Amino acid sequence: METLVADGMSPARVPTEGMSLLVLRDLTKRFGGLTAVNAVSFAVEEGSVVGLIGPNGAGKTTVFNLITGHYRPDHGQILFDDRPLAGLRTHRIIARGIARTFQNIRLFQRLTAIENVLAGCHYRMRSGIVGGMLRLPAQRREEREALDRALQELEFVGLQSQAAVLAKNLAYGDQRRLEIARALATQPRLLILDEPAGGMNEQETEALIGLIAQIRARGVTILLIEHDMRLVMRACEKLVVLEYGGKIAEGTPDQIRRDPRVIEAYLGAGDDD
Amino acid sequence: MNRLTLSVVALVVAVLPFAPLFLNTYQVDVLNSIGLYALLALSLNLILGEAGLFDMGHAAFYAMGAYTAAILNTHYQIPILWTLPLSGLAAGAFALLVARPVIHLRGDYLMIVTIGVGEIVRIALVNDVFGITGGANGIFGISRPKLFGWVIRRPEEFFYLIWGFVALTIFLFLRLKQSRFGRALNYLREDEVAAEGSGIDTDAYKLAAFGLGAAWAGMAGTLFAAKMTIISPESFSFWESVMLFMIVILGGAGSVLGVLLAAFLVIGLPELFRELAGARMLVFGLVMMVMMVVRPQGLWPAQTPRISLAALTGARKP
Repeated sequence: METLVADGMSPARVPTEGMSLLVLRDLTKRFGGLTAVNAVSFAVEEGSVVGLIGPNGAGKTTVFNLITGHYRPDHGQILFDDRPLAGLRTHRIIARGIARTFQNIRLFQRLTAIENVLAGCHYRMRSGIVGGMLRLPAQRREEREALDRALQELEFVGLQSQAAVLAKNLAYGDQRRLEIARALATQPRLLILDEPAGGMNEQETEALIGLIAQIRARGVTILLIEHDMRLVMRACEKLVVLEYGGKIAEGTPDQIRRDPRVIEAYLGAGDDD
Repeated sequence: MNRLTLSVVALVVAVLPFAPLFLNTYQVDVLNSIGLYALLALSLNLILGEAGLFDMGHAAFYAMGAYTAAILNTHYQIPILWTLPLSGLAAGAFALLVARPVIHLRGDYLMIVTIGVGEIVRIALVNDVFGITGGANGIFGISRPKLFGWVIRRPEEFFYLIWGFVALTIFLFLRLKQSRFGRALNYLREDEVAAEGSGIDTDAYKLAAFGLGAAWAGMAGTLFAAKMTIISPESFSFWESVMLFMIVILGGAGSVLGVLLAAFLVIGLPELFRELAGARMLVFGLVMMVMMVVRPQGLWPAQTPRISLAALTGARKP
C-alpha cells in the first residue's frame, strides 16, 4: 500500500480530509415518504477498519448500497480517493477499487467455488468472444494468471480444498468466506462487508476476526456492518452509529460503548447474544 | 461424464460422418433438418441457457439471416455462402438494436418483448416491407452454394456443409463456455446483482449474448436459405421459436451436449413416427410436463465441475 500512500501525496490529489479513502458528505436517500438515510457524513481512513452499527432498519445497508451504486443518493456526496462516485454504475465503482459482500449471501450457487472467485478477476482481464473461441496464447496466459490469482484468494480464506465444490454445497460459514474471496479477487482498496458474521457460530466468528486482521494487513481498508458486538469491538478502530437513518454517534469502540445515546438506542435495546 | 456416455458420444461422432453412405436421401434430409435445428438451438442456448435471458423470438434472428442471404443472393448475385458473415452481422446488429431498450427487463417481461419482436418480423415479412421480401410468397431462385468449385445440391452434400458447421459451432462454443466471456454469461444467469457487484458490466454482456446468439442464428438462416432455395415467412413462425426454446430447456439449459440430444429427439423422433403425426403435439405437451416435474434440469444437464481439479493443481505449479 506504500504506493497508494505516495499517490495520495501527489499534487493532483491533495487530500482534503486527512488521509480519508472514503468520504460521505451529507448523504440522503428517500424511498417514497421514508428517509432511509438522512444527512449522514463520515469518513473512512485509509488502512483502517470502520464499523457501521445500529438497530435493524437504521439504514446501514442502504448506505452500503449508495456507496456501491445500487442506489443513487437524493442528496450529498460520496468521494472515494477524493473523486466522486455518484452516478457511476456498480461495475465501474468496483473497478475504482471498492468490493463488497452481501448481507444475504449472493454467490453464484450452481458454479464452483473457483468460478465464483474468478468473477472477481473478470474486470482486470481483457479477452472477449474471439479470444475465448480461438484460445490465443494471450488469452491462455490471462486465464492461467486469473486462475492462479483466484486460487490464491481461495487459499487466503482457507477454502483451497473446496475449489471444485459448487457454491451451494458449501457450509454456511464457508459461503461467507467465499464471498470475501470473490470480493478480494477484484483487488480492492476498500472492502465493504455486510454482516460478515451473520449466521456464524462462535468459532467461525473467531476465525473471521482473524481473517479481517489479515485482510487489513494486506493494506485493504475495511468498512463493515455487524450486529455481533464482540466482533465489532475487537475488529474495528472506529464505529459509526446510525439510528432511523441519521448518524447519532461516531468514535472509538470505547467512546461508543460509553455514549449515552448509543446505549439508549442500541445497546440498551437488548444484547444480541 | 462416465465411460458409458463417453463411448456412446464417441460412437455417434465416429458414425455420423458416414451416415450418408448407408442412409437413404430422405433420412439424410431429416439429419440435415436436425443439424439446422441443432445450430439454432445452440445459438439460443447462449442466450437462454448460458445467460439465462428468456428469448422466445429467436426465429426473428433466423429470419433476418435467411432473408439477408436470400436478398443479397437474388438481387446482387452474391454467392450464397459469401453472405454467411453478412447475414450473421445483419441478424446480430438487428438483435442489438431491438434488445438495447429492453435489456434491463427480467424473465417473463423480456420473454413477452421477444415474442413481440418475433411476430413483428414475421408480419413485416408477410407484408413485404421495403418491397424486397416478396411478401407471403417469399423469395425463390436462391442459387446453389458452391464450395471450392463444388456445387452443393444433393442432401448428401448439404449434410457435410450443415454438420461441418455444427461441428465447428460445437468446437467454438465449448471453448467459449470455458472462457472469461462464457463465465460472465453464467454469472449473470446465476445472480445479476452479484455479477454487477463483482465488476461485470451486466448490460454489456446481456447485449453481447443476444448479439452473438442472433448472429449465429442468422448464419443458420443462410444455410437454410441455401438448402431450400426458397424461403417464405411461414418458416419463421412463433412455433419455430417455441420449438427452439423447448429444445434448449428439454436438453438442459447451458449444456451443449444436452441441446444436441434434444435436437435429435424433438426433430428426429416425429419423423420416425410419421403415422402418429397427429398426436405429435399431444406427446410434446406431455413430455414437457413430465420433464418439468421429474427432471427440470434437462435430459443431459451441463457438467458441473467444469474446471477439473487436475487443472487447478496444474495452475499452481510455478
